[in-house]
Amino acid sequence: MGRYILKRLLWMMVIVFGTALVIFTILYFTPGDPAVVIAGGNAKAEDVANLRHLLGLDKSYFGQLREFMYNTFIKFDLGTSWVYDKPVLHELVIRLPRTLIIGLSAMALNLTLGLLMGIFAATHEGKWYDSLTMGIAMIFISCPDFWVALIMILLFSSQLGWLPSYGIGGPQYYIMPIICSALGGIAVNARQTRASILGVFREDYITTARAKGQKEGRVIYGHMLPNALMPIITSIGNGFARVVAGSAVIESVFSIPGVGLYLLTAINSRDYPVVRACVLFFAVFTALSMLLVDLVYAFVDPRIKAQYSNARRRMK
Amino acid sequence: MRKEKRSSLFAETMSRIWSNPGAKVGIIILVIIVSACIFAPFIASYGLNEMDLKNMFKGPSAKHIMGTDGMGRDLFSRLLYGGRYSLALGICAAVVGSVIGIIIGSVAGYLGGQAETIIMRFMDIWSSLPSMLLCILISAVLGAGFFNTVLALSIGNVPIGVRLIRGQILSERSKEYLEAAESINCSKISIMFRHLLPNVISPVIVDATMGIGMTITMAAALSYIGLGVQPPTPEWGAMLADARTHILNYPYLIMFPGLFIALTVLAINLIGDGLRDAMDPKLRK
Repeated sequence: MGRYILKRLLWMMVIVFGTALVIFTILYFTPGDPAVVIAGGNAKAEDVANLRHLLGLDKSYFGQLREFMYNTFIKFDLGTSWVYDKPVLHELVIRLPRTLIIGLSAMALNLTLGLLMGIFAATHEGKWYDSLTMGIAMIFISCPDFWVALIMILLFSSQLGWLPSYGIGGPQYYIMPIICSALGGIAVNARQTRASILGVFREDYITTARAKGQKEGRVIYGHMLPNALMPIITSIGNGFARVVAGSAVIESVFSIPGVGLYLLTAINSRDYPVVRACVLFFAVFTALSMLLVDLVYAFVDPRIKAQYSNARRRMK
Repeated sequence: MRKEKRSSLFAETMSRIWSNPGAKVGIIILVIIVSACIFAPFIASYGLNEMDLKNMFKGPSAKHIMGTDGMGRDLFSRLLYGGRYSLALGICAAVVGSVIGIIIGSVAGYLGGQAETIIMRFMDIWSSLPSMLLCILISAVLGAGFFNTVLALSIGNVPIGVRLIRGQILSERSKEYLEAAESINCSKISIMFRHLLPNVISPVIVDATMGIGMTITMAAALSYIGLGVQPPTPEWGAMLADARTHILNYPYLIMFPGLFIALTVLAINLIGDGLRDAMDPKLRK
């Protein structure tokens, strides 16, 4: 098991390194000179040249790349924002909790509501409330989250005046962003849960459990769910990464100064150190959540656990 | 003989989809929306950019069934024309992304060995960022515009297709018909695309269908944050972005474009669901 984790961690570092290389290259070859944008429309050519030198933009591709890689991975220095002249890491740390609050709560909501809806629909398969639940899930999937956000602002902020429509502050500022980020995932989880429960419905061990006179509740929660939940664990990592990445749009609708909005603003103002740092953050985050899910999976699924202990025995 | 058998399989799938009530509703909705967008000049009573400054921000009425926007343009007419962009974006990006994914995935799955390892590791890096983020970045780099947005969206779709088709091929690789094809000296390309592909394509078709819906949503989100198609192009997301400043005073400007997106995506998802059930050999009677 230790070897497995080590291998995965090493591979994760390669991925993050590769992402850094790719994002640097993409930004380097982006048409347009960031110095011109940052200096402003009516800056003199001399000022632009000075700025280019100051930002290190006059160096060659490999010179800049070496500096960026060295600073990021050896010195752990994400640089300073070109536009605001503040250390990026500091800003990132301030903004991180807001994005995480939305992401984690949305994920919790996803899982609980999604599972409940899925179990409910699967155990009442073919009845009208099965169709109703799945119909609702279908509508959740189909509505663009930023549009739902706008509608919620209209309803709860402008018409009813219950919730603030933008910015941050107390918990009430997070309610609408969390719900909007969660809707799609709730539907995905509900559909997946229903499908995988129905998949194990006709397995032999379920028939056995029923045949020995087990109570229906025990059959569902004791025999069916643990097996049906496996595919859902796999989708958690993906779902979490998607929620956090989707935060860019939701944060921009609600003007929440999180990592996503930070990235969007930086893209528009050509603030490359910020763009690179945010992208790296998302890459590390995605890789970490995938890794965690794989570990949980290996821990829960006896078949995979056995595979690794066997492999170790063979090694010896 | 062979041809006849194929068309009957196709017909069988079609009839199975049609017997699924959800998919039937989806097909009907989609046909209505698509034909309304294609025949927009005949249905819309106003031109795409026909301004009427005396009638700005008029709510829905008999004359303008969905009201007018800040320049007095008829919202319903613009939505019909805009649907052309949204639908074309979704379909093009999903198809391009899937085709590239199929090609790379087939090569990886069939060749195996070193080539497979390199391709799949590369895909790991490619999808180290969630697709929405990748789309945001690429369209920021390429700049706004229809084709750049298609490119950005398809690039985000590629790794999904690659993984899916490779997984399918892995389970198919040891089948006898491949051995037979190899023994009569078929070329690798011919084996990959003429023998292997038809047997593994159905999940990819289902995935691409669902992908069209997701891509339309993503395209709208991109346009909304100002990176995809820009106003005054009447793409649905761009229209939402345009209306965002008037949200409190003129909510119908937000309602209708969103409803169009939601209805279209809903229809496509319903069809995708029906398609999956119809193509699932386990559910075949």
